Amino acid sequence: MLKDVTLGQYFPGNTVVHRLDPRTKILLLIFFIVALFAAKGWVGYGVMLLVTAGSMAISHISPKNIFKGLKPMIFIIVFTAALNLFYTDGTPVLPGWPITWEGVARSVQMVLRIVLLIAGTFLLTYTTSPMALTDGMERLLGPLKKIGLPIHEITMMMSMALRFIPTLIEETDKIMSAQKARGADFENGSLLQRAKALLPILVPLFVSSFRRADELAVAMESRCYHGGGGRTRMKQLHFAPRDLWALLLGAMLIAGMFVLRRFGL
Amino acid sequence: MDPIIRFENVHFTYPEGEEEILRGVDLQIEKGSFVAVLGHNGSGKSTLAKHMNAILLPSSGKVLVRGMDTADEAKLLDIRRSVGMVFQNPDNQIVANVVEDDVAFAPENLGVPSAEIRQRVDAALRQVGMYDFRMHAPHLLSGGQKQRVAIAGVLAMEPEVLVLDEPTAMLDPQGRGEVIQTVTRLCREKGMTVVLITHHMEECIGADRLVVMSNGAIVADGSPAEVFSQVELMEREGLDVPETTRVLHELGLPTETLDAESCARLIAEKLR
Repeated sequence: MLKDVTLGQYFPGNTVVHRLDPRTKILLLIFFIVALFAAKGWVGYGVMLLVTAGSMAISHISPKNIFKGLKPMIFIIVFTAALNLFYTDGTPVLPGWPITWEGVARSVQMVLRIVLLIAGTFLLTYTTSPMALTDGMERLLGPLKKIGLPIHEITMMMSMALRFIPTLIEETDKIMSAQKARGADFENGSLLQRAKALLPILVPLFVSSFRRADELAVAMESRCYHGGGGRTRMKQLHFAPRDLWALLLGAMLIAGMFVLRRFGL
Repeated sequence: MDPIIRFENVHFTYPEGEEEILRGVDLQIEKGSFVAVLGHNGSGKSTLAKHMNAILLPSSGKVLVRGMDTADEAKLLDIRRSVGMVFQNPDNQIVANVVEDDVAFAPENLGVPSAEIRQRVDAALRQVGMYDFRMHAPHLLSGGQKQRVAIAGVLAMEPEVLVLDEPTAMLDPQGRGEVIQTVTRLCREKGMTVVLITHHMEECIGADRLVVMSNGAIVADGSPAEVFSQVELMEREGLDVPETTRVLHELGLPTETLDAESCARLIAEKLR
């Protein structure tokens, strides 16, 4: 079950999308989300679907990987679909049924919205190395340092968290095997029993995480880490002409979506 | 020649602890030498290592790195840049998701210009033989490879001393071999001063000098052959000696050699 975690995964590549500046890609994702929420009618959703599919094709990310990322969200998606299906007023699909045509349309659109939202986010993390991503964020949020927000610290924490996801997954697997070897049962029993069975995994995981954090801090200090002041980067971010074009396209997408919205499409 | 690291009557007690961990250590480490520090758990050898780059400061006494007192806050970065430290658990000292980004971490902290960081990272990765893995994710590497990446991460600071605190404790025999070979080569070919903290007797044989610690004090100090020849002392400390030394000792022969061939020659002469 733990092998399915796709959070923070990165597929190295050399496509245009991979080469875009991480700052551009973060901004594009924001543009994309704004445009997605501006979509109102089928035409709007259709355009967003095309844009997503097109971006996936350009960046060589297969739909399989996007669906893998959707798996943990399946509950929310089904729940949203059901809710919209049953609780939308309108003309019933069959006389006497609680399901309405409006409800069907609404739930399809809501599902589409969630799926595209997640797909867009994954497109960003799949094509941007975590280091570049946090670096881009630090630079984008940089101006907030002036009002005293600890931007460097926050982005450093993020990149450490991303770095340790695979390590902690590995460790969880190990602890689970150890507990299974001593007869622990994680698969059977009621939900409550299964939740209780997780406690002997969480406790050692917690304890070891604190020890890890301690050792990591000492190791970082030994490598002269002393906060964000005076740091340089090996890979400097370059804002190339293609970034400008990409942002222009993103802005056009938002404008287009709002125009479509005006006409109720 | 002036020693690169000098301990002057160093005592150390943890602020909340009662027991003294270091009890008056005097030690000088010469530039370019390969010094192994041997001792079992709780002998204070890791505490000794952590004094070498000012992670711990002596309760009394002094530690000088290239003449700089480690208690001097203003020299902190200079000291840490001069003495690179590699720890036991490779997972807990790798900070990035890509090998080359991790190696770049220390020079980035030091504010080295980008182009120079690139050169240092490539050079460091070549020195430990991990250049071909520069784009890999660290968690997919073997233990020995991870530890070599950790060494490269320290080499990128261009330190004068490399201190390794039980770098092989969590590795399989193959990984252990990789790490010890890498470190030995760095010392012999690049003139790097190496301090290797370990509890594996075999890892000390190739060193220039062997320091044995017990109970917070140095109990033996000399060439590996000299130290191992004190078989009774080593046994009292619960430490192994090489098989060759043991055989020569039990036969009542001089134990000044660690080499299997010369050991055999000595026994042959005795038999004749």
